[in-house]
Amino acid sequence: MNKLFKNLQVGILAFSSLVTTITVLLIVIFLFSEGLSFFNKKPIEPGFIIAVHPDNPITFINPTECKRIFDQDITDWKEVTGHAQPITLVTLEDIGNNYSEEQMGAEMEYLDTCYNHFIQGDKGVIAMIPERNFTNKIKANKLKLDKNSIASFVQGKEWFPTAKPIAQFGAFPLLVGTFLVSLGAILLALPLGLACAIFMSEITSVRIRSYMKPVVELLAGIPSVVYGFFGLVIIVPLIQKVFHLDVGETALAGSIILGIMALPTIITISEDALQNVPKSMREAAYALGATKWQTILTVLIPYARSGITTAAILGIGRAIGETMAVLMVTGNAANTTLNILKPVRTIPATIAAELGEAPNGGIHFQSLFALACILFLITMSINLYVNFISRKKA
Amino acid sequence: MTAAKKQQIAFLIIRTLSILVVGILFVILGFIIIRGIGVINWDFISKMPEEGMLEGGILPAIIGTLYLIAGSILFAFPIGVMSGIYMNEYLKDGPAKRFVRLMTDNLAGVPSIVFGLFGMALFVNKLKFGDSLLAGSLTLGLLALPVIIRTTEEALKAIDDTYRHASYAMGASKLHTIKKIILPAAFPNIITGLILSIGRVSGETAPILFTVAAYFLPRLPHSMFDQAMALPYHLYVLATSGTDIDKARPIAYGTALILIIIVLICNLMANLIRKIQRK
Repeated sequence: MNKLFKNLQVGILAFSSLVTTITVLLIVIFLFSEGLSFFNKKPIEPGFIIAVHPDNPITFINPTECKRIFDQDITDWKEVTGHAQPITLVTLEDIGNNYSEEQMGAEMEYLDTCYNHFIQGDKGVIAMIPERNFTNKIKANKLKLDKNSIASFVQGKEWFPTAKPIAQFGAFPLLVGTFLVSLGAILLALPLGLACAIFMSEITSVRIRSYMKPVVELLAGIPSVVYGFFGLVIIVPLIQKVFHLDVGETALAGSIILGIMALPTIITISEDALQNVPKSMREAAYALGATKWQTILTVLIPYARSGITTAAILGIGRAIGETMAVLMVTGNAANTTLNILKPVRTIPATIAAELGEAPNGGIHFQSLFALACILFLITMSINLYVNFISRKKA
Repeated sequence: MTAAKKQQIAFLIIRTLSILVVGILFVILGFIIIRGIGVINWDFISKMPEEGMLEGGILPAIIGTLYLIAGSILFAFPIGVMSGIYMNEYLKDGPAKRFVRLMTDNLAGVPSIVFGLFGMALFVNKLKFGDSLLAGSLTLGLLALPVIIRTTEEALKAIDDTYRHASYAMGASKLHTIKKIILPAAFPNIITGLILSIGRVSGETAPILFTVAAYFLPRLPHSMFDQAMALPYHLYVLATSGTDIDKARPIAYGTALILIIIVLICNLMANLIRKIQRK
């Protein structure tokens, strides 16, 4: 009995150690099951189809073209490989405006006749029709529409997840925004963090170093909303003033705040790497008559290179996944731009900003999970890579 | 230029940059403290918000955050410590240990917004907890778990093997040794990890956005299935909602200061324990 009880206790310990593994697996399952079902859907409002006049040679349309047609950016069929013919849009609203309630029927039972009447009257028509009203009384060609594909998701340049009738799920600007902001952050944080690590590890006294440690820890402890708030009331107006911009909410503001937030990671890890350089290496360099600085530059930094690389990569990882601070200072416009003085929108910020409004289980909701999958894959590969190099070293 | 001159210049630059890093921290802290200190008084921390949060206090946000801290720690601390014990005392070095550690590292690297999505998908929707303190606490607990595991492991590793051997020599079993010898000795360091993760949990916003946080709820939560306000989300809403910035800003500064104070206290306590420990 006593033995059984002991085994039970050890079993509980063993199970606890599996919780993180189980969690990671559950995250993968939940994220990807929602995220991947996005690619099983078409980007049209559920319950609707799109049809054209039977004489129209077009049978297929891609989401971008379709949106531009309904936005009246494209006004002639010849622009989308059809015959020259002005495009006429027909939505449910148009039918409602053109036909009386009597003609449509009390239960909308004659809606199909109204649609058909409208479509036959104009060869350039493109109609959005409720699927259940698309009966054989309507003489029209239903257009084929592609499902969301991974390629169009990653390469698409427009992010209008609630556009009607065709939503646009192009994550390219979000990817560019995320990388732009993170890259900027690391370019700011790396020199600063490295200098600080060298200072703490090589230059200053043990006493001052013991004061610096809590400073770095505190920098890591400040919540990201507080950083975001600070950025919003100090950095953003500053950037606006210095660069004479209309709005200060820019990629640069995001980079500065994220750079500060990445500092502790970079400082801690590169300081560790410098501390791990064997004493004999330093002494050998000094024995050759090298100054302290020459030793740092030619012996310590090359030796600690992989540690410093790890620091930089983990810093980038931290920056890529950071949500609240970026959401508050980057302006959140889905621009594809490399200009750091323009507003941008990152993947985490998009998820945080839009999930609240996206109906549960809808296509918009799933597109945000698909974004989270991308985010998860990026940070996961960063961790695996770092793990790989640290194991290779050991 | 001589080598000595070069070194002088290089060190000057490095010193300046290091002072800049320290300066950044003090600017941020100083800014929040100076702007926030005038706002904080007894009414601010003990009253309900009024007038769409533009007046009154932030009591429900403080209470909500305290509940979230308690809930997440109640869940993560025992599991984290047990996991750390198993990892350090039972698992031998090998593929299994490497795998578990890799997964723990991976979990630590998952962005907080992904935790939020996951918490919503699992706790709010699948397990039907709804937007609730329970869902939020579990999500935050999972986020704190890797930190607690790692500090527990480190704390156990720091215990000299002579402790273990002495105990075995007295005829104590392994489990008994862990409970009576190892854990008490490692306890201060484990607590340090706990305190630091409390600091982290109290400030996280993204994981609670879709699992618990209520925009404006001028009452206290009744049960763990209730929604609640929380300090970091409150600050986010106050900082970004455009209506009446002049009235919202002071409350935002006050809320930020309360958050900072929580983090400061956690860090101070952790450092204090470490210092006592070292003596």
